[in-house]
Amino acid sequence: MSSGFNKARLLGSTLAAMALALPLMSSAGVLPDDRADALYHRYEGGGVTIQGPSVLVRKKMAEKYAVSANYYQDMITSASIDVEVSGASEYKEERDQYTLGFEYLRGKTTYNLSYTNSEENDYDAQTATFGLSQDLFGDLTTISMGFSRGSDKVRNSTDPSFERDIDRWSYRVGVSQILTKSLIASMNLEVITDEGFLNNPYRSYRYIDPNDNRRFILAQEVYPRTRTSNAVAINGRYFLPYRAAIYGGYRFFTDTWDIRADTFELGYIHPIKQQWTLEARVRYYQQDNAEFYEDLFGRVDQQNFMARDKELSTFNSIAFRIGASYEFAPVTGWGFVKKASVNLFYDRIEFSYDDFRDARVSKLAPTDPNYRPAGSEPLYEFGANVIQAFVSIWF
Amino acid sequence: MIKGIALKIVLAAALVSGLSACGNIEPWVKPYERQQLADPIMAVNPHPISSAYMDHVFEAREGARGALGGGGGGCGCN
Repeated sequence: MSSGFNKARLLGSTLAAMALALPLMSSAGVLPDDRADALYHRYEGGGVTIQGPSVLVRKKMAEKYAVSANYYQDMITSASIDVEVSGASEYKEERDQYTLGFEYLRGKTTYNLSYTNSEENDYDAQTATFGLSQDLFGDLTTISMGFSRGSDKVRNSTDPSFERDIDRWSYRVGVSQILTKSLIASMNLEVITDEGFLNNPYRSYRYIDPNDNRRFILAQEVYPRTRTSNAVAINGRYFLPYRAAIYGGYRFFTDTWDIRADTFELGYIHPIKQQWTLEARVRYYQQDNAEFYEDLFGRVDQQNFMARDKELSTFNSIAFRIGASYEFAPVTGWGFVKKASVNLFYDRIEFSYDDFRDARVSKLAPTDPNYRPAGSEPLYEFGANVIQAFVSIWF
Repeated sequence: MIKGIALKIVLAAALVSGLSACGNIEPWVKPYERQQLADPIMAVNPHPISSAYMDHVFEAREGARGALGGGGGGCGCN
């Protein structure tokens, strides 16, 4: 039996793939070079391991058209805290995602179109995206805008008759601006609206057991059927005099569920000669909980909407990255390959929750020295290791 | 709500086409002064396959989403 606790969050992110197939161009008047990438990714933390490949190929034709194709796979093994608290056992599952993109350059305007399909045994997602970007003011400014439309099917592996829909709309605008000879900045805004069955059918909220207030009982979550979010981000990148780059960004986020979040990012890129590039980055994220989130409700059906997803709780995370790239020209005999690189990135992420408690502790026998009554368990926290190893070739 | 947003997009598009006519503004950073900006270490998204993956890693575990600056961005992860 497959129980996809993190499913909706892990599977529904087809829109994110669009960023991959259609990278934002710093100059809309030129299509990116022909390139192929093959990536292995591995995430391990909180009882969850997710790994798999991703392959991306881009090819342009007549300097006016470009096509891109991406295949991405997640192979998931999960015994997360949510799985443990529910009493279920570790599960395995797989997600396959395909993206096809097309770009057309006309004068200083680039039009892009893409389609993504994501499939799993109990979740399907399809997304279509249209966007354009245009260079202005002597190519100092690039503006972009886009629209995406998504349609998901949510199923439940324990109930063959269960099937629900989600409709998604995304609208975004952005501007990228060359400010000086060594500084470029950008601002992006995005509004996303979802409508449909937005909770995860496998997740539960918990409430105090009326017969024993040291214990809790689980019940299926109830989410609102709509959500609209607003995000605005500013980013900058500065060229340091000794040939290195520093970059930073801030994103402000709010939504109609009363979640408010801040994301800060600061990174440094240091090339060594022509072949090595080293990178270090720190990213800090903080959010306030959704209005219908509670770690422990007082009673069953306490209010219209109830959730205990830790992704909707008040928490913060800090991520540290180190990475290295090695670029080399091909030896003779490589034929069409112009250059190639091998890359290794490692990220360490620490999650620290302010109102999500480790409910495993109150399920222990009261005689266990680690036992704590429901509502007074220690706050949950965990760390994750993320590894990416990939090869890129330009042709 | 949706209509309002759509209207804003249309207005933005109209503004863009209007601004296109202003292409004769004198650029204060000349094309031959963009050597540093053209350096690969200044690329906004040097490894699209990697950034898309990391966006996915964070969006699957956070409430926030969107405005990531890619051609798409956003994520329906609930």
